[in-house]
Amino acid sequence: MSYLPYGLAVWIFLVGLYGVASSRNFVHLVVSLTVTQSSTYVLLLAIGYVKHGTAPIFADVPQERTAVDPVVQALALTDIVVSVTVAALLLALAVQVQKRRNTVNPDELHELHG
Amino acid sequence: MTRRVRLALFGVSAGGLTALMLWAVSGLPAFGDYHHRYGILLNKVAVSERHATNVVTAIVFDYRGFDTLGEEFILFASVMGVALLLRDVREDAERPRDATHSDVLGLVGIGLAAALLVLGLYVVAHGPITPGGGFQGGIVLASAFVIVYLAGEYRAYRRLTPHPALDLVEGTGAGGYAVIGIASMLLGSAFLHNFGPFGMPGTLASAGSIALLNIAVALEVSAAFVLLFTEFLEELMDTRLETG
Repeated sequence: MSYLPYGLAVWIFLVGLYGVASSRNFVHLVVSLTVTQSSTYVLLLAIGYVKHGTAPIFADVPQERTAVDPVVQALALTDIVVSVTVAALLLALAVQVQKRRNTVNPDELHELHG
Repeated sequence: MTRRVRLALFGVSAGGLTALMLWAVSGLPAFGDYHHRYGILLNKVAVSERHATNVVTAIVFDYRGFDTLGEEFILFASVMGVALLLRDVREDAERPRDATHSDVLGLVGIGLAAALLVLGLYVVAHGPITPGGGFQGGIVLASAFVIVYLAGEYRAYRRLTPHPALDLVEGTGAGGYAVIGIASMLLGSAFLHNFGPFGMPGTLASAGSIALLNIAVALEVSAAFVLLFTEFLEELMDTRLETG
């Protein structure tokens, strides 16, 4: 039971990868990649959890309370921003592919065009 | 490679990857038993040292502030990349008026946009105190503008968010972060070192340069996301103009 959150992260990672590998549409592929990346949020936050810990925000709880690890939470915040920027760039590329090749299906882009 | 071969290859390698990941996970401390000194230490010292009651914000904008500088420029670079990819062939033609317009939708949208604007400013301002901060609040602020598009007209949205203003706000946000970092060097400490004044913990005027960096990031994030949305939207408008 105590390893369940880590297992969940592994499962989300694999589901996202399956989406990427089996994709028939670049937009679907980008969303699958975002799913893959979201497994890292689960992993980071799961590692940082401390039993009976509160959020690492001491606005209305005393400083003596046990809190969960704040460092992995800050890393997850960075992670989310990077994930969004990657998704935006890839979607812009998908728009360009649609314009130039008139398809968003990766299977139809076999050969290189000059 | 055909689809079937690719999926078969994925199946085999995913099996191996699963085994490796489960092996790696089994070496981690059990859920809830992780006690890393770095996190524990920061939880103990952040409030007394920096007068920031939100330790996560203190880490993002102070203890690991250099990390966030890089993160901010990743966002900046990717928005430039999207603009570069989508903006090149577009001509600034007069856009047609939207065919449909609903007064009820407009009214609800304006109310919602105003509420989101206030909420966004609240989340940004309270970043060092309660959950929130420049990144989260910046997204909420950007969504207020997107609501204007959803509820009203494309032209109203564009009038509210002219490109030069967006570019200026985004540049100010990204550059301002670096300037605040350099300012602390001029004051005789390390790059991005918090130079105070720290104020009373739990009040708006607290946490020293964390609050300033927080605002710089809020500017950068909100302008970046409105810009991203605008680029994709204009792409859509161009397609509509071409097809009918």
